[in-house]
Amino acid sequence: MNAAAANDEAAFRAEVAGWMRAHLAGRFAKLRHRGGPGDEDFEPALRKEWERELARGGWTGLGWPKAYGGRGLSLERQVIFHEEYARAGGPGRMGHIGETLLGPTLIAYGSEAQKRRFLPRILDGSEYWAQGYSEPNAGSDLANVQTRCRLDEARGEWIVDGQKVWTSLAHESDWIFVLARCEPGSKGSKGLAFLLVPLKQPGVSIRPIRQLTGSCEFNEVFFDGARTAADHIVGRPGEGWAIAMALLGFERGISTLGQQMHFGHELELVVAQARASGAADDPAIRQRLAQSWIGLRVMRYNALRMLADAEDGRLRPEALIYKYYWSNWHRALGELAIDVLGEEGRLVHQDEARRRLQQVFFFSRADTIYAGTNEIQLNLIAERALGLPREPRG
Amino acid sequence: MKLALTEDQALIRATAERVLAEASTSAAVRRAMDSAAGYDTDLWRRIGAELGWCALALPEAQGGLGLSAFEQVLLLEQMGRRLACLPYFATVCLAGQLLAQAGRESARARWLPPIAAGQLRATASFEAPLAARRAGDGWQVSGRIAQVLDGASADTVFALARIEGEDALALFAVPADAPGLRRTALQTWDLTRRYAALVFEDVTLDAAARVDDPARLAEGLRRAQAYARLSLAAEQLGGAQACLELTLAYTQNRKQFGRAIASFQAVKHRCAEMMVKIEATRSMVYGAAAGAAAGAPTAVLACECDAAKALASETYFWCAGEALQLHGGVGFTWDYDPQLHFKRAHAGRHWLGAPERLREALAAHLLEPAP
Ligand SMILES: Cc1cc2nc3c(=O)[nH]c(=O)nc-3n(C[C@H](O)[C@H](O)[C@H](O)COP(=O)(O)OP(=O)(O)OC[C@H]3O[C@@H](n4cnc5c(N)ncnc54)[C@H](O)[C@@H]3O)c2cc1C
Repeated sequence: MNAAAANDEAAFRAEVAGWMRAHLAGRFAKLRHRGGPGDEDFEPALRKEWERELARGGWTGLGWPKAYGGRGLSLERQVIFHEEYARAGGPGRMGHIGETLLGPTLIAYGSEAQKRRFLPRILDGSEYWAQGYSEPNAGSDLANVQTRCRLDEARGEWIVDGQKVWTSLAHESDWIFVLARCEPGSKGSKGLAFLLVPLKQPGVSIRPIRQLTGSCEFNEVFFDGARTAADHIVGRPGEGWAIAMALLGFERGISTLGQQMHFGHELELVVAQARASGAADDPAIRQRLAQSWIGLRVMRYNALRMLADAEDGRLRPEALIYKYYWSNWHRALGELAIDVLGEEGRLVHQDEARRRLQQVFFFSRADTIYAGTNEIQLNLIAERALGLPREPRG
Repeated sequence: MKLALTEDQALIRATAERVLAEASTSAAVRRAMDSAAGYDTDLWRRIGAELGWCALALPEAQGGLGLSAFEQVLLLEQMGRRLACLPYFATVCLAGQLLAQAGRESARARWLPPIAAGQLRATASFEAPLAARRAGDGWQVSGRIAQVLDGASADTVFALARIEGEDALALFAVPADAPGLRRTALQTWDLTRRYAALVFEDVTLDAAARVDDPARLAEGLRRAQAYARLSLAAEQLGGAQACLELTLAYTQNRKQFGRAIASFQAVKHRCAEMMVKIEATRSMVYGAAAGAAAGAPTAVLACECDAAKALASETYFWCAGEALQLHGGVGFTWDYDPQLHFKRAHAGRHWLGAPERLREALAAHLLEPAP
């Protein structure tokens, strides 16, 4: 990297940091370090206002092309943004599903009309999205979705019937993208459609599911004659699986890079607690602290390798290990955090430091379940990266 | 910082891969293990004289190519993968680095060019200092070093000593045939790496035998030690990769219950876990090397290299164990290669700092009260 580019990047970093300092203040100050995984029900209304604050500052759609209202920034700059955002304690992003999953999918596969209709409202923080993939009988085996949809030609609308489950933030969302079966009797990944469905309508009911943590981040979503416009389908009927998989490809995107700052902050909290509680004198705890620090470095370098790969536009097979690595690292950090708390760990704490550690401990159990369970990740690595024989499929 | 290989770096790796695939086969490794010298003398001549591998990361001013720790790591990874039996590590990664980091100008000019050219087999030990007494202009050195890598075959031993009556260390170049130096080759389980016990009984050395620059010795030692750990980590990474490759080949070929054992999920998952650990280790090793290449300050370098060595040691040993297990009965035989890796992984784990010790050092650093 030449000196001019390095200067530019440093200036950009300073700009992000400065903006965050100035704006994550006043009424937004209480959002610092809040709303992350396991803490999504913290002040959702204020966090949506924060999304609009970000939008006014020009901090949404950083990687989106300019033609669609994005800023077309390089990967390096996006990483810098995510790092500084996390360093400043930026709250968990309410607009994450729209901005990092659906938006890029629409940009790649949506019609012009869909782009004009949906993208601006993702960018300005006025509409929020939920992901309607999993069903009671379609989890790891996602292709087994049974939710049905049919086109009512007369009214020019899709009619949707069925049930989704584990739908994060559906109760705070305006829209949901739904993977549904449009060809009756079809099986597996064939005959599916990818629909955009408004949540606020009589045909949709949402029932929160209480999580292990006691809070309600995910929901059951029931579709009973729910309707959406005929042209709110991405791709053609029958192409739903391809679109759904492409969307998951964006999940491994660069926002996971900022995640490390966040993880780094959590490790600092664990270290501080270990010092305070005296756990830092225990040789076994010290070994685990060091192990955790090593893992943090590994994730940083994983990310830098991934960035280098992304230059030529395709991820190498090695990229398949990242989800498995970070989720298991995080789970181990959670166990370390709770062990550092010792006897205090079994009591519910409200003070920020200890509450956070318990949150890491409990919520990190979900990390190895959503976005592909550990076992599914290992299958993927074995089959796609190592070329071993595929699992039998029903 | 980006972790991408430049074209030149990719070429270095590809060349090493090609040369060693052909020259350091299982049969060749076993021949070297059985030989008196313990290494492949032809290959050693070739990498020194033709391929310039010894020169790679040594300073240009002393006959090196002036490339960075990153290129060095790429090469060592391939050596580890092929279990290359060579006096390379001791000569270049121990002695060469120690001189480059802590040597005085005249000593660097005297010793580095032959090392870079592959004309000298050297070794170094910097863990347990000997005792040095001033004798006129020169020195008398005494003491015992329990295990020195390639200690019996090296031409010159670079040994650290504490100066009697002074709170200072000194580094000496001791010729293998110095009167009073007794070298006893040790029997090792891992026959791909030889160690010797060295006893120094009033070894008399002249003033020029002292090779350190006293102003740089303490810091240089720490840097050299960090580089040595990184180098070993790179070898271990390559070894772990070889274990996965052996296992993939074997399990896809071996049939039980009418199917390849690689089609059983229990086997697939263990191969996948190996890959996860290996890629994590590769990230750590490459990241530490890139930091070193970019001139990381000593304290940072030490942490990064300790982390790399701790992780690589665990990964290699774990992968070697998995390779052995997933080979079944043949994994327990002398003739199949998992045992070679298993022994080398074990031996390396406890060399240059076991993971437990390195992690303890990292923890101490991490827990230091914030300034
Ligand atoms: C906090 C959280 C948020 C979520 N948010 C959303 C969301 O917003 N939208 C959405 O659509 N989904 C969401 N999910 C759902 C998530 O994607 C699924 O839980 C996940 O895919 C697993 O499916 P399942 O729960 O049906 O488990 P199952 O598939 O029934 O798995 C149960 C166990 O069997 C194992 N298993 C299954 N198949 C195999 C196999 N072939 N080989 C080996 N082992 C196997 C699994 O690894 C697991 O351990 C969320 C989940 C959580 C925990």
